[in-house]
Amino acid sequence: MVHPATVTETGSRTVTNKRQLLLEAALKRHQYRPDALIEVLHTAQELFGYLAPDLLLHIARSLRLPPSHVYGVATFYHFFSLEPKGAHTCTVCMGTACYVKGASQLLSTLEHETSIKAGETAPDGQLSLMTARCLGACGIAPVVVFDDQLEGHQTSDIVCDRLHTCLSANQP
Amino acid sequence: MTVEDLHQLAMTARKACRLRCCTVGGCLSANSLVVKQRLEAAVTNAGLSDRIAVSGVGCMGLCSQGPLVQIDPSGDLFAKVTPDQADQIVAEIEGVKNREKGTGKPQNFSPSPSPLSPALPFFTRQYRIVLENSGLIDPEQIEDYIAVKGYEALHQSLREMQPEVVVDTITRSGLRGRGGAGYPTGLKWATVAKMPLGQKYVVCNADEGDPGAYMDRSVLESDPHRVLEGMAIAAYAIGANQGFIYVRGEYPLAISHLQTAIRQAKRHGLLGSQIFDSPFNFRVDLRIGAGAFVCGEETALMASIEGKRGIPRPRPPYPAESGLWGCPTLINNVETFANIAPIMRNGADWFAAIGTEHSKGTKVFSLTGKVKNAGLIEVPMGISLREIVADMGEGTPDGKQIKAVQTGGPSGGCVPAAAFDTPVDYESLKDLGSTMGSGGMIVMDEDTRMVDVAQFFMEFCMDESCGKCIPCRAGTVQLYQLLTKFKTNQATSADLEQLEMLCDVVKHTSLCGLGQTAPNPVLSTLRYFRSEYLAAIALSTPSPARK
Repeated sequence: MVHPATVTETGSRTVTNKRQLLLEAALKRHQYRPDALIEVLHTAQELFGYLAPDLLLHIARSLRLPPSHVYGVATFYHFFSLEPKGAHTCTVCMGTACYVKGASQLLSTLEHETSIKAGETAPDGQLSLMTARCLGACGIAPVVVFDDQLEGHQTSDIVCDRLHTCLSANQP
Repeated sequence: MTVEDLHQLAMTARKACRLRCCTVGGCLSANSLVVKQRLEAAVTNAGLSDRIAVSGVGCMGLCSQGPLVQIDPSGDLFAKVTPDQADQIVAEIEGVKNREKGTGKPQNFSPSPSPLSPALPFFTRQYRIVLENSGLIDPEQIEDYIAVKGYEALHQSLREMQPEVVVDTITRSGLRGRGGAGYPTGLKWATVAKMPLGQKYVVCNADEGDPGAYMDRSVLESDPHRVLEGMAIAAYAIGANQGFIYVRGEYPLAISHLQTAIRQAKRHGLLGSQIFDSPFNFRVDLRIGAGAFVCGEETALMASIEGKRGIPRPRPPYPAESGLWGCPTLINNVETFANIAPIMRNGADWFAAIGTEHSKGTKVFSLTGKVKNAGLIEVPMGISLREIVADMGEGTPDGKQIKAVQTGGPSGGCVPAAAFDTPVDYESLKDLGSTMGSGGMIVMDEDTRMVDVAQFFMEFCMDESCGKCIPCRAGTVQLYQLLTKFKTNQATSADLEQLEMLCDVVKHTSLCGLGQTAPNPVLSTLRYFRSEYLAAIALSTPSPARK
């Protein structure tokens, strides 16, 4: 398996440049206004997958904000990740409806199956296991999201099968 | 844009028959887009595309039975539809058609798609105001909304009413904020309207963070124009020209439907400059949340819109005086805004006649957890919990005893089965130690341990505490540790005393709503299920001396 980070050098540089251009376009669209920080961080994370320190620094300079402010905002919100995520993600909803229908058992099954804890990424970079507060799909609880695909009415058996399908699929 | 143009738009070719397929929320996850595609293909294959339209619509309510497909005009409803059943469903319409025309005997179809009776109490006990279009119209087609009298209330307000009259109508309707606290909406509007002229803002709080509640998500996904119309009327009434919708990042479909709706409304001159040829201008921007529960608190929400950490500040000054960038700001919940257009259309008296003395109108609840019919319901205020849980929800799926219903999310409490005859309104639920909250209603059966539930919510509040004030930042951690002792049977009676004392401190000394209400789940379970805490103490194994 090829780690997502180890793409050929030239290829990665072109991709990075393209992302950089898209980020600049977003900054310009917001007229470099400091109050657009959260919007810009959303765009940056969408483009780069996570918010690396030099990326945050670049955003701070562009919006004329102190780096401490940008770092403070990026760490305050759960949605922003300062660490790279795995090639695949599996998110267990821990909302109340899912909780009373056994979401914590699902999570421990998945933790056991993957040998990583919630919030961690597997050492081979293939999978990040995460939890969510509530995904608003309470009518079909308990729910688990595999690579942006939400699945309802999960049980321990289904969830393991689905995990393996997700892991064997190509990188999204 | 005039009212005639509106009607013209609404008259877009209507077909005699329509297949409505839910393409939002739970149904979407259950593959309903493929079902819709297969229905379209089946209609085309049968050569019926000139007579039958297939629409992707919003939530029909019974999310646990999705994907749902309904046929107009017969009203036949099908649950758990699979893509392979598409042909059979289209054949079913043909059967209806043949019967209507009297050509040939009614074909005795017994379609394998499982039919669902629209006469279920789940549907018949509802009173739909906020959700009146939900599941009927295509949320991505402004024409659909206009065809059901959409934007008429805005037209009427702008052309026939002074702003004060609009505020007065809302005040007389008795509408109260649907975000949880139940502050009278008319009073809030009047406060902002009275502020001196100048920049004012309207903010829609769509940061629906309560776990187990998804009413706002559904309204935004199923009928986004209604929220925009409500905001525009509010803006006219208070004299604002800019609105923001702060929506959770976890709701990508709601965001996309809102973006579409804003674009369409702008194109038709229903948002932007000189709406309906009046001097009124109003633009709406979206702000996407980034996963912080505390941002549902209004002062934290405003900080977040300004691009800062979502940290609350003391009130007063209230946002009505000094809100976004120091300007007077009106903040209402999604459901509150969704109630505005029907009130303006039907009059304050019509709305005030629904519900109880102090709680007017209806409330949308998401009925979930250990209940057979899980989904979204809208009921008149004053209905009893028993009617909701036992009649509409039809009890637990496996016949187990219902123990309690949790309302109000992490700020609410657990209402025991013994109190199920209480009418659902703001005051009665408060008396029971719970709150109306935004409308989550999670049913728990005999297997659910109340101590675990209290610990679950405390963990939530501990994680979501912003850290600004000590009672909440440190108090929730201590409470969580105490509750963990109860959960693992290591607690003593001294721990129980400390738990109660600490709940009191956190409740009365925290800065914002999050901390002030964080002890509620503990206090309500202590009040009704104290025996479970005592049992945990009795079972506790004397552990080595602790600090």
